[in-house]
Amino acid sequence: MARSTTKDAQALFHSLRSAYSATPTNLKIIDLYVIFAVLTAIIQVGYMAIVGSFPFNSFLSGVLSCVGTAVLAVCLRIQVNKENKEFKDLPPERAFADFVLCNLVLHLVIINFMG
Amino acid sequence: MVGKMEAVNGVKSGSNSTASTFQSAFFKPDLSLKSLKLKTKQQELLIRVSILTLVYILAFITRLFSVLRYESMIHEFDPYFNYRTTVFLTEKGFYEFWNWFDSESWYPLGRIIGGTLYPGLMVTAALIYSIIRFLRFAVHIREVCVLTAPFFASNTTIVAYFFGKELWDSGAGLVAAALIAICPGYISRSVAGSYDNEGVAIFALLLTFYLFVKAVNTGSLAWALASAFGYFYMVSAWGGYVFIINLIPLYAMVLLITGRYSMRLYVAYNCMYILGMLLAMQIRFVGFQHVQSGEHMAAMGVFFLMQVSNFPYIHMHVFYFLDWVKHLLSDTKLFQAFLRITVTCAVGVGAIALGVGTASGYISPWTVMYGLTSMYFAGVMVRLILVATPAMCLISAIAVSATIKNLTQLVRTKSKVAHTGSTKGTTSGKASSKLCIKKPSLHFSCDQASLDQSLPFQRNGAIALLIGAFYLLCKYATHCTWVTSEAYSSPSIVLAARGAYGNRVIFDDYREAYFWLRQNTPPDAKVMSWWDYGYQITAMGNRTVIVDNNTWNNTHIATVGRAMSSYEDEAYEIMRSLDVDYVLVVFGGVTGYSSDDINK
Repeated sequence: MARSTTKDAQALFHSLRSAYSATPTNLKIIDLYVIFAVLTAIIQVGYMAIVGSFPFNSFLSGVLSCVGTAVLAVCLRIQVNKENKEFKDLPPERAFADFVLCNLVLHLVIINFMG
Repeated sequence: MVGKMEAVNGVKSGSNSTASTFQSAFFKPDLSLKSLKLKTKQQELLIRVSILTLVYILAFITRLFSVLRYESMIHEFDPYFNYRTTVFLTEKGFYEFWNWFDSESWYPLGRIIGGTLYPGLMVTAALIYSIIRFLRFAVHIREVCVLTAPFFASNTTIVAYFFGKELWDSGAGLVAAALIAICPGYISRSVAGSYDNEGVAIFALLLTFYLFVKAVNTGSLAWALASAFGYFYMVSAWGGYVFIINLIPLYAMVLLITGRYSMRLYVAYNCMYILGMLLAMQIRFVGFQHVQSGEHMAAMGVFFLMQVSNFPYIHMHVFYFLDWVKHLLSDTKLFQAFLRITVTCAVGVGAIALGVGTASGYISPWTVMYGLTSMYFAGVMVRLILVATPAMCLISAIAVSATIKNLTQLVRTKSKVAHTGSTKGTTSGKASSKLCIKKPSLHFSCDQASLDQSLPFQRNGAIALLIGAFYLLCKYATHCTWVTSEAYSSPSIVLAARGAYGNRVIFDDYREAYFWLRQNTPPDAKVMSWWDYGYQITAMGNRTVIVDNNTWNNTHIATVGRAMSSYEDEAYEIMRSLDVDYVLVVFGGVTGYSSDDINK
């Protein structure tokens, strides 16, 4: 039974990997950026667990900047993905411009909040 | 709202598709507007702009009763604190204002004003003041403060128009603007002179909701950013921003539950939540409440729910691929393994988080639910009317607009039946085709003759209902104006009464007392009074007070109360310990003023 479960898990993993490799490169870059942002957030939370959260505004601004860019990147990916029929008349340049603008506002607020 | 000027030859070719009831009126040859040779779209634009202008002016002037009857002054108690802080802001600048420690109130404790107020109102008034000053109009800051609330009420009507247009159509938008302009619930907190947070907060509330609905409808990050800024303005203006941060997640949740989840909702909500939360935490008075307080947890909960709901959408192609593999292998174990792994992981992570949270005392589900449901209904009962006002106005605007539109269409089409034989314009065909759409059960291909015979009394009924509707609206307008004039336009600081001969007698005792203090006492004198008058004494008398309306230190207030109600020698000791030089007491015995200090 255990052997068939591991075989299932392996088959699952392989099928996921081969399906994912079919996505276009620009979406893969965005996914990589999202993973990077989430990892940075996790590292920051781990650091806070070790040394405590004394300047709480600094901790919050650090974590929220990671989460914020991750969320905005996911929104960009949704808007740029050609398979989404809801956004088919949104030009990708406009989506990217919105993304840059929101990131600008996000980081300005983060810098103000960091203390 | 700008009409497009398309190249149309002639007035009568009705090429627009808006179901406005006004368009048919201009095809009657005896109406004078036709002589201007305007196209239909331009006529419509003219009507809309003129209605909105009139509503804008109306919203402003209906709030001016007290300025006309008494004078241009700040009403009541809390607005005096806002006025004093605005004066400080204009004189000393934003940095001094943001870091202001006030030693003139709550002597000897002082008050950290910079960190314990909502700066939106003061910053807005100071901005308007500096703009007017830049244009070289020499206004006093008091005039700006007095007229800030009516000005923003007018702006609220414009936002209501756009909101109604977004929700329904431009007709509903116009009715919504008109209703909000004179609605008493809103007027009560935004008369000229009521320089309080709600004056700008209702404008910010409606603006944030409109921008968010627009963001959800278009799925654009730019509109979501705009709604985040609207939310930031609301947080800076009023403590009632909690209403927004709970209503928007509730709205998102309802969309999720009713199966209307879409990626536009994901984009709009996430962008607005993250940016809005970050911007809101810049206000020191709000601080970290967005991540710590139970009232804000609904938004965070829906945020996480959104991430989870989006998971199947992002990996949709993977899921379908798995389905295909499942069919290919005719083996259900793969799919089950996938399900098992993900569900176990999700439940496990959720349980760990919940366990850690509850164990460390951070989360208490009952508190959250209790807070959400009872906070706005128990704590702020009177303010509930104010918050519900825009919602009621919008909903009733939709109802009124739809009703009147249907009724007038009935009336107008009936009256055109007799003329159909002569005029061959496409407009009548269009009007009756609209009627066909409205009444599909009649089953005819726009044959007006049979329409006339099937429902003979429909026209009369429609006219009667229309007259009834207009009568109701007129009564509503009269009622609003009467209520505004009688109940909401008295500055509490100046009282009026009828003398023995019916002449009007004005009691200006409060202000006379404060100015006596200002002119006849040394600058560092400390004045003790009941906390009701604290703000007014510091604003107009410019003297240090012991307690004021902020009521943040109940022990201090209790000390003052004890001093006021004990025997003279005990009271003298207490007052010596507080360094008091003067005592202000309100006595209403001579005039029968019932809310004086003896009564308290």
